[in-house]
Amino acid sequence: MKAPIAWVFIAAFLVVCAVFLIAPTAMLAVQAVTDDDGLTLQYVATLGEYRYRVAFAHSLYLSLTSATVGVIAGGLIAFAVLKPDAPRLLRVVVTSFSAVAANFAGVPLAFAFIATLGSLGMLTTMLKNIGIDLYAIGFSLFSITGLTLVYSYFQIPLMVIIITPAIEALRPSWREAAENLGASSVQYWRMVGLPVLAPSLLAAWILLFGSAFSAYGTAYALTSGNISLVTTEISAVLSGNVSSEPQVGAALSVGMIVVMVLVLAASHILAARASRWTVKS
Amino acid sequence: MATVDVEGVRKSYAGREVLSEMDLRMADGELICLLGPSGCGKTTLLRIIAGFVRPDAGRVVVGGADVTRLSASARRVGMVFQSYSLFPNMTALDNVRFGPRVAGLGKPEQIQRARELLDLVGLSAHEAKYPHQLSGGQQQRVALARALAVRPQVLLLDEPLSALDAKVRAQLREEIRRIQRDTGVTTVLVTHDQEEALSIADRVAVMNGGRLLQVASPATIYRAPSHGFVARFIGSGAVFSGVAEGGQVRVEHLSLAARAAAEHAHGTPVQIFIRPEKVRLQAMGGAVPDGAVSGEVCETIFLGALTRVRLSVHGTQTPLNIWADLASEHAEAFQPGSHVVAQWDPDAPRVMAGGDTAD
Repeated sequence: MKAPIAWVFIAAFLVVCAVFLIAPTAMLAVQAVTDDDGLTLQYVATLGEYRYRVAFAHSLYLSLTSATVGVIAGGLIAFAVLKPDAPRLLRVVVTSFSAVAANFAGVPLAFAFIATLGSLGMLTTMLKNIGIDLYAIGFSLFSITGLTLVYSYFQIPLMVIIITPAIEALRPSWREAAENLGASSVQYWRMVGLPVLAPSLLAAWILLFGSAFSAYGTAYALTSGNISLVTTEISAVLSGNVSSEPQVGAALSVGMIVVMVLVLAASHILAARASRWTVKS
Repeated sequence: MATVDVEGVRKSYAGREVLSEMDLRMADGELICLLGPSGCGKTTLLRIIAGFVRPDAGRVVVGGADVTRLSASARRVGMVFQSYSLFPNMTALDNVRFGPRVAGLGKPEQIQRARELLDLVGLSAHEAKYPHQLSGGQQQRVALARALAVRPQVLLLDEPLSALDAKVRAQLREEIRRIQRDTGVTTVLVTHDQEEALSIADRVAVMNGGRLLQVASPATIYRAPSHGFVARFIGSGAVFSGVAEGGQVRVEHLSLAARAAAEHAHGTPVQIFIRPEKVRLQAMGGAVPDGAVSGEVCETIFLGALTRVRLSVHGTQTPLNIWADLASEHAEAFQPGSHVVAQWDPDAPRVMAGGDTAD
C-alpha cells in the first residue's frame, strides 16, 4: 500500500477515535465536575458513598478474579491442546468452541446458566439427586461467586484465543536446548517458558480484566441489579431508578476510566520489566 | 571427553526408514562431520545421539556407557542448534551459565565458568547483551559457549553455520575448529556444505538415503570416493557408467583412459570418475589420442583464478559432460562452440564397481 493511501486510513481512524472515544471521555469528565452553577466536586464526592464503594469493590473483585481464573485456566487449556502429542481434532474442537464461547455473553449466557446452575437448574437438580445440594452448602449462582463463575465461562475461551499465538511462538528448540543443558521441565518453564510468555500473559490479563470490568448485560440479567456493579449503577442512574442526575453517572464512568488507567499504568510498568529483553523499535 | 559408538541404529517415521542399520565409531577428541543432502538422515542421527529421538533398534554408547535409554538431560552431551536457540529472555552471560545453574553450581562458579567460555569465544565484551542485540555469528558463539559450559562428553553441532553469511561462516568455522582443539571435546558436526565438512573435520561421514556411504579423512573422501554418490556429491567432476576393459573404461564406443580399471574384471560394470582439475584441454587438431575424448565447449564459468569449462563429448547417444578447470588466463582460447580434445593422466580417474550412477 502506498504511503498516501495508508495515511488516509490512519487519519480516518484518528477521526473515529477523536469523535467516539476522546470527545465522549472529555464530555464525561466535564459533566462529572460541572452543574448549572459551574464547577463542582459534589458528583465526584458521591463516589465515596457506601453503595458506590460497594459497586467498585464488587466490580474490581469480579474483574480481578475472573481475569485471573481466565488467564490460568485458559492458559493451561491452550498449552494442553497445543502440545505436539495432543490430537489435532482436540485442538480444532477447543479452538472452535472458544471462538463461540468467548462471544457468548449477556442475557443468553445468563439464561443458559440459570437453566443449568440456577436453584432449579438441570445440573443443580442432578447433583441434588445424588446427594450434593449446592445451594445448601452455600453456593448461589446469583452471588458474586456465581457471577465469577459465569464470567469465567467467556473469559477462559477468550484467553485460549488470545494466548494461542504466544504459546505457538515458543520455539521447541528452546525446550530442547534447556533439556540438553540438564534442565527439568519445571526449570524450563520457570526460567524460560513463563518469562518469555510473561508479556503476553500480562497483556491477556489486562484484556480480560477490562472485558469483565465493563461487562453489564450478563450481570444485570443474572442478578437483576441485586449485586451492585459500577456498570449496573451507571445504568440505574441513567434510567432514573436512583436519581435523575446524569452527572453521577458521568462521575462513575470517570471512576471506571481512572481504574482502567491505573491498571494499564501498573501493567505497563510490569510489562516493561517482563519484556526488557525484547526487541525495542 | 569420550568415544562415541553408534551401533546398528535404525529409525523409521510412519513406515519410512530414515536411518538403516547405522554403524559409526568416533574416537576420543575427534571432530567428525556428517555430510549429506537434506533428508539423508544426518540430523536424525545427531538427535538420536543427543537423546531427543529414540532409535527403533541399535544403541548409542558414549565413553563406554550405553546411553540409549537415558534422557537428553542425563547424557552430558552439549548441542548447538541450527537456529542458535538462545533463550531470548537471558543475556549472553545468563545463557551460558544456564547449564551450571540448573546443575546446582554456586552463583560465583556459574558466572566464572560462563565468563571463561565467553572469553574463549571472544565475546567477553558482550556478556550483558540479549540475543536480539547480537549478530548471528555472535549468537552462535554464545550457543557454542553455552553448550560447552556443562563440560559435555560430546559436542553436537546441527548445521551451526547454515544461517550465517559466507564471511562469518568461514570465520566461525575456523573458530569452532580452534575451540574444539583447545577443549579436546569429541565433536559431531552436521552439515550439507561439503566445503565446511572438508575444511573442518578429522573425518567425514557421507550419508545418503539413511545410509552411511563412506567414512574417511577429507582428503580420502575427495581423492578416493568409494561410491558414485560420494564422488558426485563431494567437489565436482564427471561420473560415467561403463565397462572395465584393462586399463580403460568403455563408455558406449569411447574408451577412457583409467589405469584403475585394471583392478576390475574385464567386462564388469564400473563407474569412472574424473575431477575437473585433472582434465587437460587442447584445441582440436588431427586425430584424438588413445584414451582421450573430443567434444564441444558448451559453457565457461569464471571462478576467479580458475575458469570451469563444460565440454559435451562428441558422438555418444547419452549426452556426456566433462568438466575441466583451467587457469583463467589460459581459458580464453576455449570459448563456447570451440572443438577441443580432453585428456588426463591415466592414474587420475577413480574407478568404482557398479555401473549405475543412480544414488
